[in-house]
Parts: sequence; C-alpha cells; structure tokens
Amino acid sequence: MRFVFKTAYAQDLGLFAHGVQAAWYAALAVALVVVPWLLSPYLVSQLTFVLIYSIVALGLMLLSGYTGQISLGHAAFLAVGAYTEAVLAAKGWPFPLSMAMAALLAGAVGVIVGTPALRVKGIYLAIATMAFNIIVEEVLARWESVTGGGSGLQVGPLAMFGWTVRDERGMYYVALATAALVTLAVVNLLRSPTGRAFVAVRDSEISAASMGIPAARFKAISFALSAAITGIAGALYAHQLRIVTPDQFTVLQSIEMLMMVVIGGLGSVHGAFFGAAFVIVLPQAIAVAKDYLPPAIGQATGLQPALFGLILVGFILFEPLGLYGRWVKTRTYFQLFPFYRRGMFRRQKAFMKSERLR
Amino acid sequence: MSTTGGQMEAMLAVEGLSMVFGGLRAVNNVSFNVRRGEVYTLIGPNGAGKTTIFNAISRIYRSSSGRIVFDGEDLARRSQHEIAALGIARTFQNIELFEHATVLENLLIGRHVHGTTRLWQELVFAPAVRQQEVAFRESVEKVIDFLDLAHYRDARVAGLPYGVRKVVELARALAVEPKLLLLDEPSSGLNVEETDDMAFWIHDIRRNLGITVLMVEHDMTLVSRVSDRVLALNQGELVAEGTPAEVQNHPGVIEAYLGTAVQGRA
Repeated sequence: MRFVFKTAYAQDLGLFAHGVQAAWYAALAVALVVVPWLLSPYLVSQLTFVLIYSIVALGLMLLSGYTGQISLGHAAFLAVGAYTEAVLAAKGWPFPLSMAMAALLAGAVGVIVGTPALRVKGIYLAIATMAFNIIVEEVLARWESVTGGGSGLQVGPLAMFGWTVRDERGMYYVALATAALVTLAVVNLLRSPTGRAFVAVRDSEISAASMGIPAARFKAISFALSAAITGIAGALYAHQLRIVTPDQFTVLQSIEMLMMVVIGGLGSVHGAFFGAAFVIVLPQAIAVAKDYLPPAIGQATGLQPALFGLILVGFILFEPLGLYGRWVKTRTYFQLFPFYRRGMFRRQKAFMKSERLR
Repeated sequence: MSTTGGQMEAMLAVEGLSMVFGGLRAVNNVSFNVRRGEVYTLIGPNGAGKTTIFNAISRIYRSSSGRIVFDGEDLARRSQHEIAALGIARTFQNIELFEHATVLENLLIGRHVHGTTRLWQELVFAPAVRQQEVAFRESVEKVIDFLDLAHYRDARVAGLPYGVRKVVELARALAVEPKLLLLDEPSSGLNVEETDDMAFWIHDIRRNLGITVLMVEHDMTLVSRVSDRVLALNQGELVAEGTPAEVQNHPGVIEAYLGTAVQGRA
C-alpha cells in the first residue's frame, strides 16, 4: 500500500500520481516502441488497429463516458475523416495537414449534427445519431463524383514531407504517435475546467446550470471534440485499410464503437484502450477457438455477434465499470495483499436519490 | 440576532412575483426585499411556494409576472446559467451533487464561473491553465477548511453519507464565492448535532465571509437562531414578515400550520 503525501498543488495537477506510476508508464512507452521489431507484420498491423480504435474510443469516451451523451452514429464521423483523408491524400496533401483537415471537417459535421440532436436526451439522442449515420452512409454510396460510390476509393500509402510509409511498422509508429498526442489532449482537457464541466453536465444538468455551466453549449463542445477525434482516427483508418467503402461505416460499426467504451469502462481513459484491445482481440480469439469447438457451435452463423452480445450483457450486469473496473480491483488486491475485502468496491445505496427537476 | 437596522440597502428585490402552473397558482403576488448582509428565511407549510420562489430566482422557472431584481439587474433578462456569474449560488432541497466525481472535483466545478482559460489552452494544458488550477485549488481549499471537509476531500460523492453530502453541497455553493447564497432546507435530513453545525456555519458565512443568505427552512429552532428576518408563506400567499419571534406568534402563521379553531366545539 502506498500513501501519497501531497505538499503542493502541482502534485494534484501532474499527469502521474507518483514517481513509480510515471516509471511504469515510461516502461510501457519503451515497450510500445520496441514491440513492432519483435512481432510479425500481421500482429503489428493488428496492434495498429488497436491504436486506431483506441483513438475512436477516446473520442466516444469523451462524449458518452464523460459528458453522458450516447451516440450511435460515430461511424459516420469515422467515415468523414477517412473519406477526407482519401480525397486529400490523392491530391498530394502531407499527412499532418490532411489529418488536421479530416479532424476539422468531422468536428464541423459534429457541430452541425450535434446542435439539434443534443436537444433530445437518452434513447431519442441514440435514434437521432443513428439516423445521421444512415444518412451519411447513403450519401457516401450516392455521391459518386467524390466518394466513388459503392466501390469506394483507393487510398495511397501515408506520405508526409518526402517520407512515404511503406510497411506495417511505419504505420504503427504514426498511429502510436497520434494516439499518444490525442490521449495527452484528452487527459489535459479532463483536468481543466471544460472537462469538469462535461462531468457536471453528465451528473446533473440542473446543478451544472446553477454553477454557471450552460449544458447545451458544453454538450455541443463535447460532441464536436468527440467527432474531431474520431475524424483523426478515420484518417489513419483510411491509410491502414488502403481503401474506403460505404459498408465499412455502418450503424453496426457505430454499435461496436459504443461497445468498446462500455466494455472498457465508461468514464475512464484507460477504459478506451482496454475496450479497443478487447474489440480487436475477441474476433481473433473466436476465429482460433472455432477450430476446437464442436461444429454445431463453431460453424454456427452469428457466433461472433452472439458472443459480443453475451459479453456486453455480462459486463453491464456484473461489472458496470468495465475492464477498467476489473483492472482497478485486481491492482488493489495486490496492493493491499492480503487485506483485500470482497465488498470493498460494492456500490453503496444512494440515500434519498433526488427527484430531478426535469 | 435580529440587530440589523431597517435602513440597509436591498440586495435582492422580489416585486409582485406570481408563478402559475396551468391552473395552479403556486406563488401569488409575493414581494420582499433581502438586505445586504442579512439572513432572510422563507417558512411555510408544504406547498406554500418556497422552493418555487427559489427556482424563480435561479431562473429554473420563468416567473409568470412580477420582477426579481438583484443588485440593480432584472433577472428576467438572464438565463439559468448566467445567474452564478452574477453572484448567486444555491443548494437544492434534494441534494444535486455531481455523484460520480470526488468532493474536490465538485468544489472545483463550483469555481467554473471564475475560469478564464480557452479550450485550446486547456487541450495543451498551457501555463495559464496550470496557474488557474492552482488558484482554484487554493480557494477551494479554504472552503474545505472552513467546512471541515478535509477528510472527504478525495472521496467520491456517491459513497458519502447523507449528512456529509449536505455539507459538500453547501461547500460547492461557497466555492462559487457568491454575494447571495440560496439555501433550500439546509437542515432537512440532518440529525440534531449536524443541524447545530449547520447553524454555526450559516452564522459564520454571514459574519466571516460577508455573504447574504436567503434560505428556506422548516426547523424553527434553526430559523430563530440564525435569521434576521422571516417571511411566512401559505399556499403561495404572503402571510407575515418580521423578526423570527414576530412571525412565529403571528395569528395567520399559526393558522397556516395548525388550522383555524372550529366554532361550536368545546
């Protein structure tokens, strides 16, 4: 068990709680830099996918986990980012510029969609964003002069300032750097007034307003930032797959994105990474397991969605804090060994839960 | 305690306030002034319209008619989220805290109106943001010290007992550094000891922090201990106004709480 004695406010503001934690993150950073030299190109490209999905999950975490707004249309923002990148890369824009443009455009679309959509709450917001996703899908399929219609667009290799990324390793490093920067930005935001305003809007709009926080404005900011981050992921996604087609950005993809943040753990930055890793690893694990299962189960159609659904239900029932919650509990177990109690994280009843003025 | 003079300046003026919900007249033509530096209490039985008046002041409801003027400014022109910046903070009858945040974070959210940093600065955590965060923490720490919350500083609100949450909500309102503090039933759900603490705090808030207090309260012991003036309401109508003792002995107030004596019965 470690006790951190705080003697300066700077300690409260730091990225890491204490030196040991900083050392662990440094070790993780080293491992992430070294790992592509140890793995096969296939595994490296899978890791790149994890990183790209983590960026998406970070964006959605900001919106759903921290601001409490659901979105079933985030695949559309991924599409805006990916198509922007495809078009601009073909015109020879260097990657940092085209990615910034992808983020900007996705963010702008986020504002346009978010402003009216965020007037509604909960399930209605889910429906509105889902409708938006379907509209974008249609536009991508029909606006052939720009998007190439149903057959989509080919995307060249990622290139910037005379450097062209030709192998999995290069792509991995670009994704790693981008993910690190996005994470830093999100963490910075969360320890600033805006991030706290998001949490305030999530937990109680009425008292947020009485603290001088306009809910509508901060929901729109959150939606725009979330969309922009997803747009950044979209730009990477386009280069990773080397092709963009409308059927990569369906509502099903949006649902998978939402699953990432729920399984990862709503309201935690770690959760975004855990969720992304989970969503990438599970289908692989299922593919491997198929060979060992009796054919009646292994060859059944819809095995993967069924398992995903089961796991999601399981998490909601037994571990609402997701993989992050599991992680915290495991860590606490070892920190306190042998004094961990089972009931340590049990949620307490909230007495006199307020009747909200809605 | 009711030693404040009658000639002090009105900080909050409520003039002919009425609130109509459909056919229900929740507040009917109520006027009163809250003077700078006093503790002013609204009392009355359930459904008298006390919380409705609070919600009209904090602009959660739009008043049907009448004016509310705070420091010379008509609140009708302000929206709900602009009230805090004018210097009015409030607590809620049924505690409205940010449940999944820590006590410290709740209080820091209270500092929101004092923030000046821009979004891009926050994304890179610019030095201005860092300075502001330190300044926020300094002022929040004063409130934590004042209300004795140091023990719960980093605890999540969701797991805290009711009495503590009540104090955290008071702390969050104080973190706003308001000129006027609206307390909606500060003692409800508290035990005798906690109510006692609350009385001391309200007293200190007025005396040491110089904050004017407008509160709704049922506990008459607390009311007479801390209030300078009391306004009694019944079914949306003003019944009596004066010192706690005057109001408590007013026949209209007794009638409102106990009902009229029935004629012809011994």
